[in-house]
Amino acid sequence: MMKDILKRLTEKFPISEIEEQRANMIFVTMPKINAVQCISYLKQFEGFTHLVMLAAVDYIEDGIFQLTYILHNYELHTDIGIRVQIDRKQPVMESIHTLWAQARTYQQELKEMFGIDFPGSPDIDEPFLLEGWQNIPPMRKDFDTLKYSQETFFPRPGRKHYDPQKYMKEKLYPDKEPE
Amino acid sequence: MKKDNRLLPNKDMPDFERDYFCDAHPETVKPLKGFIEKFLNWARANSLWILGFGTGCGAIELRPLMTARFDMFRYGMAPRPTPRQSCVFVIGGYASIKTLKRIVRSYEQIQAPKFVLALGSCTINGGMYFDSYNTINRIDHYIPVDAYVTGCMPRPEAIIAGLRKLQELIKQGKAEKANEYIENFEWYKANQKKVIKDWNMPDYNW
Amino acid sequence: MKNRDREKFPNVLNGIPVIDLESQKFLKVWQGPQHPGVTGNISLEVTLSGDEVVDLKTHVGYLHRGFEKLMERRKYLQCFTIVCRICVPEPDTNEYVFAAATEELAGITIPEKAKWLRTLVLEMARLASFLMWIGGQAGALGMGTIAQWTVAQRDYILDLFEELTGARVYHMYMVPGGVRGDIPDGFIEHVEKVMKGVEKVLYDVEIALLNNAIFKMRAKGLGYISKAMVDEYGIVGPNARAAGLARDIRKDSPYLIYDQLDFNVITGTHSDALERTFVRFREMLQCVSLIRQVINKMPRNGAYYTHIPNPLHWKIPAGETYVRAEASRGEYGYYMVSDGTEYPRRVQVRGPSYTHAIAVLEKLAIGTNLADLAGLMVSLHTCPPEIER
Repeated sequence: MMKDILKRLTEKFPISEIEEQRANMIFVTMPKINAVQCISYLKQFEGFTHLVMLAAVDYIEDGIFQLTYILHNYELHTDIGIRVQIDRKQPVMESIHTLWAQARTYQQELKEMFGIDFPGSPDIDEPFLLEGWQNIPPMRKDFDTLKYSQETFFPRPGRKHYDPQKYMKEKLYPDKEPE
Repeated sequence: MKKDNRLLPNKDMPDFERDYFCDAHPETVKPLKGFIEKFLNWARANSLWILGFGTGCGAIELRPLMTARFDMFRYGMAPRPTPRQSCVFVIGGYASIKTLKRIVRSYEQIQAPKFVLALGSCTINGGMYFDSYNTINRIDHYIPVDAYVTGCMPRPEAIIAGLRKLQELIKQGKAEKANEYIENFEWYKANQKKVIKDWNMPDYNW
Repeated sequence: MKNRDREKFPNVLNGIPVIDLESQKFLKVWQGPQHPGVTGNISLEVTLSGDEVVDLKTHVGYLHRGFEKLMERRKYLQCFTIVCRICVPEPDTNEYVFAAATEELAGITIPEKAKWLRTLVLEMARLASFLMWIGGQAGALGMGTIAQWTVAQRDYILDLFEELTGARVYHMYMVPGGVRGDIPDGFIEHVEKVMKGVEKVLYDVEIALLNNAIFKMRAKGLGYISKAMVDEYGIVGPNARAAGLARDIRKDSPYLIYDQLDFNVITGTHSDALERTFVRFREMLQCVSLIRQVINKMPRNGAYYTHIPNPLHWKIPAGETYVRAEASRGEYGYYMVSDGTEYPRRVQVRGPSYTHAIAVLEKLAIGTNLADLAGLMVSLHTCPPEIER
């Protein structure tokens, strides 16, 4: 079943990469322009009616954000993950709030946490989780949360930090190399 | 007692709202002398009414505490829905910045005498959230704390022990942190305003 | 529907109500975060006309700790202290899903015994979560006594957890590669004793709550979810099952040993708050039955832990996956991306409340009374920390 769907998908959309994670979980990569069209097609014609989540991954070394839309098919009990790569300097993506009502929330969160803009999505510029945030979006890899915490809040003196890797080596296997 | 004529600037508030709020500076309340204060403290210690504000995950253990198994009513403690009726503020663990704003507001709205019990390692030094960008490390820099209960999360027995400790402190007349807050008002306000970036409420919430 | 006076209702323009606060027909009220009528630290911005809700906006973020950022700074094993804190009433689903995602990326299979123990813990956590919930549901509609019974009973389940895992609320029991310990001596008898107590309390709850006329009248018709809404809004778990859709991940794509257990998917028809209460009530009885089955069929001997590399130097092969499980509130899932280092590249949590408390609640609240809002919110079984992490 999944093979048929994939075959139809590859005929219709320019899919660059297919990764089969397990029998009922497939990731496909496609260009930014086709993604929303493809999601809409999967929802209407292939029975992927459930939007599981919309996640973003920051690949700072490649200068891209990867957006992953995970859809679920309740009849076949299969998942498909649609991966889209967008430019980190101009993070803009088409909104899918017309397809699912809850997509609005995911997009609002991505705008706040990664700075990815979804023009047209309702309340997209309103703060979602943070209040009065003045720094760069916190989920980006170049935001150093430890440094921010030490500068902003008041660390209690006397707190000791141990690097678990070194500490365990000293305590448990000082002479051996870890496997 | 000398009247404090200082006024709060309320300068971070919108202009049209400034008229709606009181701008008087809060005052300390001196404890009475001798037997009367002792009697009052005894009465206070035996009717601790807790503000029902679950600020963090520690609030989950307040639920067993106020139901049949641990039953805090036998110590004269009861949950109350509004700050105006309560005198104990239980900080249930970590406080995110958005919650801290509400904590400050609720704390100031509680009428004196008021006491704070902070639960969990994360209110003491940040605990496992020491490197988080959205949770504060030490609650005692923002509001005064009478007693801490350690652990993550503290068991209901530990919370009862903490509340009993608080009762002892009150009976000994040592739980005067509300006055300390007023005495060091500028220091606390500066700390609060350092983390709460969009301060749009009065400087003291009467 | 009675023919109501539409004077007080807002004008509707293009399907969106026009709310003019200046006209003084409307009142804006904040319910929460410091309010007994909300589930946890969350706030609802309610616009009222009389005592009827005309608009609602959910504000979240009061419990945001930046877990997903913190996990990127921690090794896979260190993440375990974090994941269980994502949902406080039922932390074990988080542990299981995180462990399963790690195991899938690392290519580890866990021994048979560990699967049984994990199922046992998951079912006990589900039962504990439901017991907490039914107290809240009854309390929100005016019956405080139920919480006195069920929350106290939940505490005995927490005692079982303490016996098995060493911790009361946060267990950190399901580490990658298996579980942390075997069942102790006498544990099976203790489970049976607690289950008997749960059954007794549930029997009382059935008499006192489910046959209570006031509860029935208030819950009936409250928060109706149509079948068409389920996919449109991403509604999962008991909320979807009460709408008549037999969707249960334990049955549809069985994980652990759910395919060896005997249970049916419980569905309802009316899809209102009352029906959701009935569905969850029957699921509680089902939990008791499942726990008994697991206890009876569980292999007594065998390894409960498989060898994994030194977790402090453990490099997980690059890849990404999404793993889900059925929590008491619905589908719970983790999307995990590994880039071949000792730290996860990205972990995103999908909690069922993410849709239930925001999009669904904002839709269902319109037209209800302010007094019923708490009952409606609890009937969706929302849990704020999993929205904001």
